[in-house]
Amino acid sequence: MSTKNFIYALHLADNALILAQRNAEWTGHGPVLEQDIAITNISLDLLGQGRNFYQYAALLYNDFSDKQKEDVNQFIPRLWMEYHRELQEDDLAFLRDEHQYLNLLITELPKGDWAKTVLRQFFFSAFQFYLYQQLQNNADQQLAAIAAKSIKEVAYHLRWSAEWVIRLGDGTEESNERIKNALADQWMFTGEMFIPEEYELVDVGALKNSWTKKVDDVFSEATLELPKQTWMQTGGKQGKHTENLGYLLAEMQYLQRAYPNATW
Amino acid sequence: MIFFKKYLYGDYGDKESPTGGGAIKSSANEWPLWEIFIRSKQGLDHKHVGSLHAVDAQMAIENARDVYTRRQEGVSIWVVESKYIHASNPDEAESFYEPANDKVYRHPTFYDLPDEIKHM
Repeated sequence: MSTKNFIYALHLADNALILAQRNAEWTGHGPVLEQDIAITNISLDLLGQGRNFYQYAALLYNDFSDKQKEDVNQFIPRLWMEYHRELQEDDLAFLRDEHQYLNLLITELPKGDWAKTVLRQFFFSAFQFYLYQQLQNNADQQLAAIAAKSIKEVAYHLRWSAEWVIRLGDGTEESNERIKNALADQWMFTGEMFIPEEYELVDVGALKNSWTKKVDDVFSEATLELPKQTWMQTGGKQGKHTENLGYLLAEMQYLQRAYPNATW
Repeated sequence: MIFFKKYLYGDYGDKESPTGGGAIKSSANEWPLWEIFIRSKQGLDHKHVGSLHAVDAQMAIENARDVYTRRQEGVSIWVVESKYIHASNPDEAESFYEPANDKVYRHPTFYDLPDEIKHM
């Protein structure tokens, strides 16, 4: 297996993990009980996807030749190197530094209010859905298998978040204002998904049409307009992140760094 | 003289609660309450599993999926708005159900079949 597969698995895993962490911030704070459960279920689904990808990445890495290990060294957690044992999923998830994460910028944006959360989920789940649709036919069997399993979860995330966008957009004056604010904040982070990176094993540029059509359909029902702005923020896929990721990682990684190699 | 009064779920109130005994009025800000029925994989009928709040039927089904099928409890969901469920009046339980107690002839096992009847 090439180093590309390893790096791509990391990117897919990071997307899932960082968004899972963001959605988990709603635990106990959801607007209504049933929606608290819904968003935390989504968080758990994403966490499961993340685990699958991290496990695969660790498996690949442990079988790499020395030359291959050297090639991906920039993504390997320094702390783990002192443990002198095989790379495991948790090491990749919890011990890397900010610039080693390859998640899309949209996943690390703050959870904000409910409108920001559902809109971000909608943008991301629509992307994941079309991505996994392609990925389940990929030459890499393991990635294809993970995608085939995960697409069922993502189909539900997409449905749930699309309906919420419609409810808020076509709801009261306040809800409409809130979702418009969310749109203004988040639109510039939606372009990154479709700009191909050399380690990606799926042609993400080709997904843009389906994604845009889906967003357009939902937005017209939600009485929202597609923004005209074309400038897009990028960098996540190369490890260049917004100011948000640092705080998120500080909270997420605290335990593993304070108690190295700890087990339950 | 009024013979029929349409009773709806929640009309009876909770007699044990301090303000119970009367109809429960839901506040204008509360989403409607829905009763959820789930059929398990091996089951033939939908069983009542609980209730939840949702704006409309679509959301009620999704909420039921999130809340009541997390541990593979079921493969089919029915939702009914609570206000459409009509229940029998517990005060009439005596006249409704006790007369059946001493009518044993209503059970098939009461009857002795002659031996000649092979297929019944």
